[in-house]
Amino acid sequence: MIAISQVEYDKLRAHLEAGYPNEACGLFIGEIDGANKRVVEAVPVANAWAPLEGDGAGHDLRDRFSIDPRDILKADRDASKRGLDIIGFFHSHPDWPATPSETDRMWAWPVVSFMIVPVEQGRAGMARSWVLRDGRDAFDEETLIVEQEEQ
Amino acid sequence: MSVSIRIPTPLRPHVAGARQVAVEAVDVRAALAALTAQHAGIAPHLFAENGELRAFVNLYLGDDDVRYLKGLDTPLPNGATLSIVPSVAGGLDLDTSHIKFTNEEMRRYSRHLILPDIGVAGQKRLKAARVLLVGTGGLGSPAALYLAAAGVGTIGLIDFDTVDESNLQRQIIHGTSTLGQLKVDSAKARIHDINPFIDVETYNEPLTSEKALDLIREYDIVIDGTDNFQTRYLVNDACVLLGKINVYGSIYRFDGQASVFGAKDGPCYRCLYSEPPPPGLVPSCAEGGVLGVLPGVIGVIQATEAVKIITGAGEPLIGRLLVYDALEMSFRTLKLRKNPDCLICGEHPKITALIDYDEFCGVKPVADTPANVVPEITVTELAARLKAGLGGARLIDVREPNEWDIVRIPGATLMPRATVPDHLDELAQASELFIQCRSGVRSADIVRFLRTVGFSNVKNVKGGVLAWAREVDRSLPTY
Repeated sequence: MIAISQVEYDKLRAHLEAGYPNEACGLFIGEIDGANKRVVEAVPVANAWAPLEGDGAGHDLRDRFSIDPRDILKADRDASKRGLDIIGFFHSHPDWPATPSETDRMWAWPVVSFMIVPVEQGRAGMARSWVLRDGRDAFDEETLIVEQEEQ
Repeated sequence: MSVSIRIPTPLRPHVAGARQVAVEAVDVRAALAALTAQHAGIAPHLFAENGELRAFVNLYLGDDDVRYLKGLDTPLPNGATLSIVPSVAGGLDLDTSHIKFTNEEMRRYSRHLILPDIGVAGQKRLKAARVLLVGTGGLGSPAALYLAAAGVGTIGLIDFDTVDESNLQRQIIHGTSTLGQLKVDSAKARIHDINPFIDVETYNEPLTSEKALDLIREYDIVIDGTDNFQTRYLVNDACVLLGKINVYGSIYRFDGQASVFGAKDGPCYRCLYSEPPPPGLVPSCAEGGVLGVLPGVIGVIQATEAVKIITGAGEPLIGRLLVYDALEMSFRTLKLRKNPDCLICGEHPKITALIDYDEFCGVKPVADTPANVVPEITVTELAARLKAGLGGARLIDVREPNEWDIVRIPGATLMPRATVPDHLDELAQASELFIQCRSGVRSADIVRFLRTVGFSNVKNVKGGVLAWAREVDRSLPTY
């Protein structure tokens, strides 16, 4: 289960819409207790994917994303100061459903959340969140709770 | 040297949940060796089978990637922090990896493959795409045929009807040989005859508010081929909530419309029509008739838009309403603006979940309150009364003249629904009234109306002329 406030959820969706038609991405800082996670902040980061030998052919920012490890390092330090952790990552699937691809699986990690937001024609749809199994063979979907702000 | 190794969240289960692990080491290699000596479970996540550091594991000393220092031989000063930083990446498998074409498929799609705006990349997107057709009737038939032929990899069909003879004048995915079959089964068989290389998923059920989100979520694009306002608003709202593209089409007698709803900054069906018309104002195809070729034109436009959106070719019909008039043979394009006050896609949406669309469209089954009770007479009872002679009673047919020309009950008087209020004085002279239409729905409305204006001895002919042709005079045609 991963819980996120409406404010942070809207923020990340706006970031992913702004990136359309490219894939856009970011990470979550928050609290983690076993399989239960609570997002404190959704941190947008730039899509750092660059054509590399081997994976470059036929791909571009529209169908690839990558988070610069230095952004992760920076976020980890920031989280650490606040007594928090990096608890997951999010990225968009432009004009594509919110199910993890084979490429997502190859570059994902267990424990943390991988939230995918479909962005159809520039408009963010309903997010789904996934957790990679320990054996790295498949993702399991986890419950995503968007918490409405109390008035 | 005392060194602290920072462990990323995903690997913490392998180090008993610790955020940092302290080790004694002079360089990176020794630090990792000390770490894996303490926590063997972490080793396979850091090293490949050949002993090399995995490509998606990064090690940072301060702000520097050790790859750009001395790699595993990078020396570690006392008190240093070595951070293990995961690489995180991903992407869509739109082409190279899992979508492949056989030689047969290459031949089949060759006219697409040589088109500059589609090509192999576009054809692969088509194969990877999932399109849901709501309704396999007039609009869904041509749309499904062309999407299947175009190579859309997964086509979903939802309908809950069986193939009837009266469908075949326009619903060209079905045929005489599939009369009586479930429409989804009939359509699936025809699709696979056209293209055996694609998947068809069928749902023999109505689309309901309870199931719509779960169903539509599984698809990329929805093609709205519905014939009623309840389902049309349901499809629209579900697509807006899920962020799915809704390729809209509708038909009425000789006129058709099409547009693409649900795109960012584009309007939705509610921006165009914030409320449904009053029930009964707009006749359905069954009541009002429809030119058989008309849904062919509109359904093919819907399929065209779906193919364009999937492949990224051209300009989709977003923010434009295409209006087709078959009698004039004219196409007009009206600009549609997103309504900032739209209840579902506006700036401050009021609708955040699916609602009861029967209630919204005013077609909730009428409650059996005394005021709403419609007294009925069966066609066999009516036949007996007619045989005995009606006396002062009258049988009133409230259908339209063109329906009257097809079939009528002997002894009936034609009085089209809209003209009934002009004949109240005449009707009041009858001792008893029997009101009849095609199936008994319109006539029930008239019975209710007459009762509210003071008629007490008025009955609805249950099942209308269809029941008459079925139970009294089987030689009569039906429509």
